[in-house]
Amino acid sequence: MGASQSGPVHMFQDLAHKTGFSTEQIKNLHNRFMYLTQDEDTLRREHLENISNLALNPIRRQIIEAFFDKRNMGEKERGCLQEIGFEEFVTVLSFFRPPKPRTADEMKNIKKEKLRFLFNMHDTDNDGIITLDEYRHVVEELLSSYETIGAETAKAISDAAMLEVASVTVGQMGPGEFYEGITFEQFMQILKDVEIETKMNIHFWNLDTRTMQCGK
Amino acid sequence: RDWRTGCFDEECFGVLKMFILVLGLLVGSLMPLGGAASSPDTGTGHGGSHGNKNPGNGTTYSKKPFPVLSFDYEHVRLPFEISLWVLLASLMKLGFHLIPRVSSIVPESCLLIVVGLLVGGLIKMVGEDPPVLESKIFFFYLLPPIILDAGYFMPIRQFTENLGTILMFAVVGTLWNSFFVGGLLYGVCQLEGHKLAYVDLLSCLLFGSIISAVDPVAVLAVFEEIHINELLHILVFGESLLNDAVTVVLYHLFEEYSSVGSITFMDVFLGIVCFLVVSLGGIVVGAIYGILAAFTSRFTSHTRVIEPLFVFVYSYMAYLSAEVFHLSGIMALIACGAVMRPYVEANISHKSHTTIKYFLKMWSSVSDTLIFIFLGVSTVAGPHQWNWTFVVATVIFCLVARVLGVVGLTFVINKFRIVKLTSKDQFIIAYGGLRGAIAFSLVYLLNPKHFPMRNMFLTAIITVIFFTVFVQGMTIRPLVDLLAVKKKQETKRSINEEIHTQFLDHLLTGIEDICGHYGHHHWKDKLNRFNKKYVKKCLIAGERSKEPQLIAFYHKMEMKQAIELVESGGGAKLPSALPSTVSMQNIQPKKPSQDRALPQLSKAREEEIRKILRTNLQRTRQRLRSYNRHTLIADPYEDGWNEMLLKRKKMKELEKKISQMNNYLTVPAPPPDSPTITRARLASDPQAWGLKSVTESIPTIKVDLASPQSPESVNVVDEFSKKGSQPKEEEGGLTMKVPSPAKQRKDKTPDEEPQQRLMRCLSDPGPAAEEEDEDEPFLP
Repeated sequence: MGASQSGPVHMFQDLAHKTGFSTEQIKNLHNRFMYLTQDEDTLRREHLENISNLALNPIRRQIIEAFFDKRNMGEKERGCLQEIGFEEFVTVLSFFRPPKPRTADEMKNIKKEKLRFLFNMHDTDNDGIITLDEYRHVVEELLSSYETIGAETAKAISDAAMLEVASVTVGQMGPGEFYEGITFEQFMQILKDVEIETKMNIHFWNLDTRTMQCGK
Repeated sequence: RDWRTGCFDEECFGVLKMFILVLGLLVGSLMPLGGAASSPDTGTGHGGSHGNKNPGNGTTYSKKPFPVLSFDYEHVRLPFEISLWVLLASLMKLGFHLIPRVSSIVPESCLLIVVGLLVGGLIKMVGEDPPVLESKIFFFYLLPPIILDAGYFMPIRQFTENLGTILMFAVVGTLWNSFFVGGLLYGVCQLEGHKLAYVDLLSCLLFGSIISAVDPVAVLAVFEEIHINELLHILVFGESLLNDAVTVVLYHLFEEYSSVGSITFMDVFLGIVCFLVVSLGGIVVGAIYGILAAFTSRFTSHTRVIEPLFVFVYSYMAYLSAEVFHLSGIMALIACGAVMRPYVEANISHKSHTTIKYFLKMWSSVSDTLIFIFLGVSTVAGPHQWNWTFVVATVIFCLVARVLGVVGLTFVINKFRIVKLTSKDQFIIAYGGLRGAIAFSLVYLLNPKHFPMRNMFLTAIITVIFFTVFVQGMTIRPLVDLLAVKKKQETKRSINEEIHTQFLDHLLTGIEDICGHYGHHHWKDKLNRFNKKYVKKCLIAGERSKEPQLIAFYHKMEMKQAIELVESGGGAKLPSALPSTVSMQNIQPKKPSQDRALPQLSKAREEEIRKILRTNLQRTRQRLRSYNRHTLIADPYEDGWNEMLLKRKKMKELEKKISQMNNYLTVPAPPPDSPTITRARLASDPQAWGLKSVTESIPTIKVDLASPQSPESVNVVDEFSKKGSQPKEEEGGLTMKVPSPAKQRKDKTPDEEPQQRLMRCLSDPGPAAEEEDEDEPFLP
């Protein structure tokens, strides 16, 4: 509640212009940001972990990490931040904004961006490929809410999935070759049928979310 | 194939001959009825019980020679006729598909109506009254199978995602259509003058409400052939199902009050309440029966044979129960099928699942065919009253109302949708609004006393139905191609897509939680959690209640692949289009400790193993390579290697033996198996199989080596039956477990030899005994 509040409307409009949200939506998100951080300037991981509904989510760690991942901020850097400001918060959320109807090329770009976001979520060591271990970790997390599932199960599923990716994208491999991992292009190829650009969206209503029970 | 050669094909000729014979039989069967119908009393007593009836005065009864052969058609008449009609319908279906050219241009429904017209004409020529599509038969026997088939296989995900849109089209769209058509027709009637002046407003509105409902039977029949993309399919189809409630309410409302002549506000209000009651009540009734069916299926593990029966009977009861209270039977059926499906499928055996699928498809197909044929016949039969103005006006208003309704509603709906409906979509939705037999039956139900214009309505409805089915049905396919509307993607669901679909679900739920509003994903997640915690435990038997969706999907996929392999004749390759040589070996990260002689060793060994297994277990070769090579290579115990090879050999011998034994009806003892084996079973599965918990097994296809890791000494006979049952049921796939500590296995090896030899004595010493030697050189 200090320097960051100077010229808020101006800042909102800038952000709206940059991310594609409407000014109303930016205002609502700002309210939400303030609510989460309890009126501080920056958001830390603990703030997100405090959301009770999120605690039930099997992949909450990855989701929280995605907010602090530099790669999602549009910069060329890699690594993690410890705390983020409102601008970064909105930038990450803009990945989930429903696209307005555009030309086919623009839709392809949007799809690529969203897939890049997903890829970054899987590729935790920032090396540009999803290795078998990282993929296995993803499957384990997905199955983590079921207590009876052992690690071998996740291993087998991730092995099969990896095999499928390799089979489809690379095709022919000799018995001695080693498949490093899923690159981003292969990732896009695998998921081209999932229609990410229409599915990976949530509604950002033009309502004041403060008045709704936020599940804190 | 050229249609000419197709026609002159022997099959085609055969079918044609049969068809003509059946047709002749049908017409012929109706003739004696002419005589018999006039004296129905004597008909029942025909069987020759005269003599017994009057014991007192038997003097007039003279003795006849014993009748060696007699003709008594009357007492089989009804089932005979029904069977003849069904046979006719099925033969027609056969015939259409043998004539390739015609079936690609004209949709089946049109051809069937034409056949019905022909048959009706024939019957009329003979001088008889053609049977009309009685509403009772239609609503109780012909319609439910089609709706159940649609409801049971409804893609729930797309349906719920588009529920808002579907409801808008179904409720608001149908209301708009009814009032538009009804009101305008009333105007036309008033303007027309003397002939139509007696048609009052309420009758017109009634007519409008009947004719504006999109018909699920017609939509299914046409849309199934054009393979349109899933979104449009679910929109039009969902609309046709959900508008039943609206139609029911409007129909009853107008029918009740048309005799009175006026409607008050109170009636309208009650009508709205009635609508809510009808639709929600129907859904609740359906859901209750669905849960009952799911619960029942939990206990059917010992009587697998009647599992499909429960599904059918519970659904039919749901339909009938809803009809008792004049609720929407269609919605009850849909709700029942959709609710019970996930739980029933987790409980029933694979064969029951196939049975249900095929029975539903068969019944719905026959129903569908019969409905269209009867429509044709009824057209010839039914009392007609042709009025140019009325009929033409009806057709035009229906079309205009549909287009306006769709365009207007889409404009409103697109504000709330993420994926907007384009104008191409709107065109298909409007064009796909076909009318069908439901409208016809509803008009047929009208009482002629209250509705003197019933015949005119009938004629108009038939005209509209013919127009939509013929004109729209025939032209929709070229239009779809012309407009390049997206078609259904035939791609198989892959494990990666499944993983990411689930990942996305969780991700979006998480983002919604962070943003703080309760959206679509939040509620879906809550429902899933509730389902997992409480409902699944009640309704699913055994261990599968705790199975996550991902694993269930994985198992299903494996099973599908196994079935494909078997059905492709045990060929060397997977029938799918994955001609890749990538295997698990390429994926596993190299471990430095493995850089010993083992890799070179393994390749040669692998070849030998593959050769052995090829002879008997051909189908699984590919799968071994794809899924399990890593267990072959990554064997951490070098000495355990030989053990494993020995085991393979023994297992192969056993397999041969078992294949000899397959001729006998062995009832396998129920050993506890991993869930994978249980579900990969393709042979008969008459018993309940206890399921080990999933943690102990890897859900890959495994080669279960001869005796599982139970160190207890086992009775030889039991051992045999246990061994015998395991590989026998694994026709679908071999599985390979990660080898347990080699020590345990080393202990086993010497024990098994004598047991095996003993088994050989006990079992039928068939020719298999000699073949075992072929792999001797394999042993080191």
